[in-house]
Amino acid sequence: MSELNSNIPEGELTQKWTKFKSSVPLVNPSNKRSIEVIVVGSGLAGASAAATLAEMGYKVKCFCFQDSPRRAHSIAAQGGINAAKNYQNDGDSTYRLFYDTIKGGDYRSREANVHRLAEVSANIIDQCVAQGVPLAREYGGLLDNRSFGGTQVQRTFYAAGQTGQQLLLGAYSALERQIGMGKVEMYTRHEMLEVVKIDGKARGIIARNLITGELERHFGHAVVLGTGGYGNVFYLSTNAMGSNVTAAWKAHKQGAYFANPCYTQIHPTCIPVSGDHQSKLTLMSESLRNDGRIWVPKKKDDTRKASEIPEDERDYYLERRYPAFGNLVPRDVASRAAKERCDAGYGVGASKLAVYLDFKANTERYGRIEASKSGIHNPDKETCMRLGTEVIKEKYGNLFDMYAQITGENPYETPMRIYPAVHYTMGGLWVDYNLMTTVPGLYCAGEANFSDHGANRLGASALMQGLADGYFVLPYTIGQYLSKEISVKAIPTDHPAFAEAEAKAKGILDTLINIRGTKSVDHFHKRLGHIMWEKCGMARNEKGLNEAILEIRALREEFWRDVRVPGTSDELNTELEKAGRVADFIELGELMCIDALNRNESCGGHFREEYQTEEGEAMRDDENYAYVAAWEFKEGVNFELHKEELKFENIKVAQRSYK
Amino acid sequence: MSTGNMNLTLKVWRQKNNKTKGALVDYKLSDISPDMSFLEMFDVLNEQLINKSEEPIVFDHDCREGICGSCSMFINGRPHGPKDLVTTCQLHMRSFKDGDTIVVEPWRAKAFPVIKDLTVDRTAFDRVIAAGGFISVNTGNAQDANALPIPKNQADAAFEAAACIGCGACVATCKNASAMLFVSAKISQLALLPQGQPERYRRVQSMVAQMDAEGFGNCTNTGACEAECPKGISLENIARMNRDFYAAKFVSEEDI
Repeated sequence: MSELNSNIPEGELTQKWTKFKSSVPLVNPSNKRSIEVIVVGSGLAGASAAATLAEMGYKVKCFCFQDSPRRAHSIAAQGGINAAKNYQNDGDSTYRLFYDTIKGGDYRSREANVHRLAEVSANIIDQCVAQGVPLAREYGGLLDNRSFGGTQVQRTFYAAGQTGQQLLLGAYSALERQIGMGKVEMYTRHEMLEVVKIDGKARGIIARNLITGELERHFGHAVVLGTGGYGNVFYLSTNAMGSNVTAAWKAHKQGAYFANPCYTQIHPTCIPVSGDHQSKLTLMSESLRNDGRIWVPKKKDDTRKASEIPEDERDYYLERRYPAFGNLVPRDVASRAAKERCDAGYGVGASKLAVYLDFKANTERYGRIEASKSGIHNPDKETCMRLGTEVIKEKYGNLFDMYAQITGENPYETPMRIYPAVHYTMGGLWVDYNLMTTVPGLYCAGEANFSDHGANRLGASALMQGLADGYFVLPYTIGQYLSKEISVKAIPTDHPAFAEAEAKAKGILDTLINIRGTKSVDHFHKRLGHIMWEKCGMARNEKGLNEAILEIRALREEFWRDVRVPGTSDELNTELEKAGRVADFIELGELMCIDALNRNESCGGHFREEYQTEEGEAMRDDENYAYVAAWEFKEGVNFELHKEELKFENIKVAQRSYK
Repeated sequence: MSTGNMNLTLKVWRQKNNKTKGALVDYKLSDISPDMSFLEMFDVLNEQLINKSEEPIVFDHDCREGICGSCSMFINGRPHGPKDLVTTCQLHMRSFKDGDTIVVEPWRAKAFPVIKDLTVDRTAFDRVIAAGGFISVNTGNAQDANALPIPKNQADAAFEAAACIGCGACVATCKNASAMLFVSAKISQLALLPQGQPERYRRVQSMVAQMDAEGFGNCTNTGACEAECPKGISLENIARMNRDFYAAKFVSEEDI
């Protein structure tokens, strides 16, 4: 076991980033023109990094597996983006955003990185508005804000329920501008299958042209991965179907350590699974918990309709367990509480894996206010419900429509059925302060890295981190490395290292095609997802994790013996693409279980059943586990642990309580 | 529920690649649940094809919640199927009846060549954006966001235009395969905002020129694009684009 060097600059917390920027070596414009940077991924982090690096004068190549960079999964983010602007004059500051993020992450993130994130958050909003991103505004013409979980200020900027879409299209237009000027070469429908290393440094990638199946060699003085999270290891998640870990995992196998893989965010309010054929889960925004009350019947296996269950036979379990925060406890707490009720036999709906999110009480309350506004005294219940429904429709109409479309039920009349689902992964490739992985010249940005959210991410912070990394952090920090590379000429791609990496990628593709087994890729992916969800999901324990590791190893063996991939590798073959991704998910799944087993404490999204308080709350062990677990890949799918101690010099570490 | 009781006949466009001819192929499906999404029904069909050692049908899809714009199926003669204001991935089988025959084709347009089966090449849209669908501001150039107040109605109108997901349904449904709704949505968004003014006339000219170069047709005001757009993008945008395009002709060269 060795200590990792996070390369955090010396000095006082608030001065570190300023001093870093003033002292980082520069690359002069004529040298930039001959330095090539590869960016893999075109979401918020990848697109903003590629555009900014090209604006600075570097030669950039950008890769995405989708048919257009505009389709990266950042586009699906609904709620908003945090920034410490203090436009609402409610006492927000860089320090408060920093503090909320560290606390929200259950004291498992790096202070210096989080402070830098809070510092640049305001610049992101300026940049996006300058690009023409239509963020929501007040009648006075200034930007509007809303509240999100885990904070006491209004710092969330938004564009209706499509904030991710609008921010991504902003970054996409900046990227397309550079493409149009010939400063970025864009490779769509290309998937990175290998990192090329020469003399220990990342010097390029092998990418597969997904239309022709051709393997291509691309040189870069540095390689940046902005390839997103790995929530699809669970098969069912709110991630897009194509979201995958492959680029990060290939980098991991080339020496980049993987940090805190067991930190997974399970979002409490998603539409429940309806059947075996379900392919993905849909989120219902966190904002619904403002007006929805969560409950289950007090009686086990109650088969009555929600409307037939009288008030005194309902268990509003969040209000019962957490009187101070009620239905607005943080995501990890709300998710675990729902699981606890369902496991105990109180779940609702055909699958019994759902709880009610009921708007009736607040609909009636709003109706009473509306009635009083229009001078109706002592309104009857029907009038209240009719008027209140209009208010609810105005606030959440699009979400209610989406729910009705998917479930075929009318949520204005019956309560929504919801259940937690995998949403985001806090773990990722280990990076130092410069966002460089343990492979020199290989960088990682956005959800793909591990750096800023600790063991639990706060709402509206993923967009902030992706754009902070891509626009404002990486373009500076990469200069420290590239300034030493100015004398390196572009390495021709007939170099043996490229040939070797290509042969390796080709070998895997050929193997997958030639197995000609009996079971589809999805068959294996579903089984992996089932193991992960049952044994490494919302709650984990030693016995289950040990079983999961053995089951996953057996699954891996079976996969490589019995998977069926139709077609060939020299054409558009979506089954082959999926097979490669699932193969990597299987290896990652094992590492997640190993990491969860190693971490003998509960923190944020990682809940070990053995480590809880008497009331069933997460119990951290700061003495033994205040570290980042960074795993090194070893031959034969083995992993070695390295630790980065987390030092809290500016924040007092405390137990979270929501009672 | 996992198994349902719908029996369906699908007629699906199969085409190996852009060099070969394609054809509609019949598939029978049984026990389909009305709660399944249209794409999950395709997943079931593909699983059956794989089990028979046949090649699955290739189609574009990703987020499966109606925002990424990947999915692109022409269902019974309508892009994204029979329901208004949804994408194919948001369409559920309860919108169909037991015993139905459903015809599924790719987007058809000269500028969107078929790659394989139901997958088409929509990179022409990216090239139109690269021609001018942006505001030229480098990272770090920005002033404080609230230094430029924008009236709410103007910001809201820009947002409505910006809701376009770039799926291409407008092109697919148009008898001229015109991309005017897509192009005008971006031009409108930026023309409605003060930040977009400096490049306003240059932008409309270069984006329209690129649109023409890609082989999209012209607009003859039939309005099918607006009717079929899953995000309800308005025809007003086309009017705005045309107005700016003609206005640009009267602006002196130095001002563009």
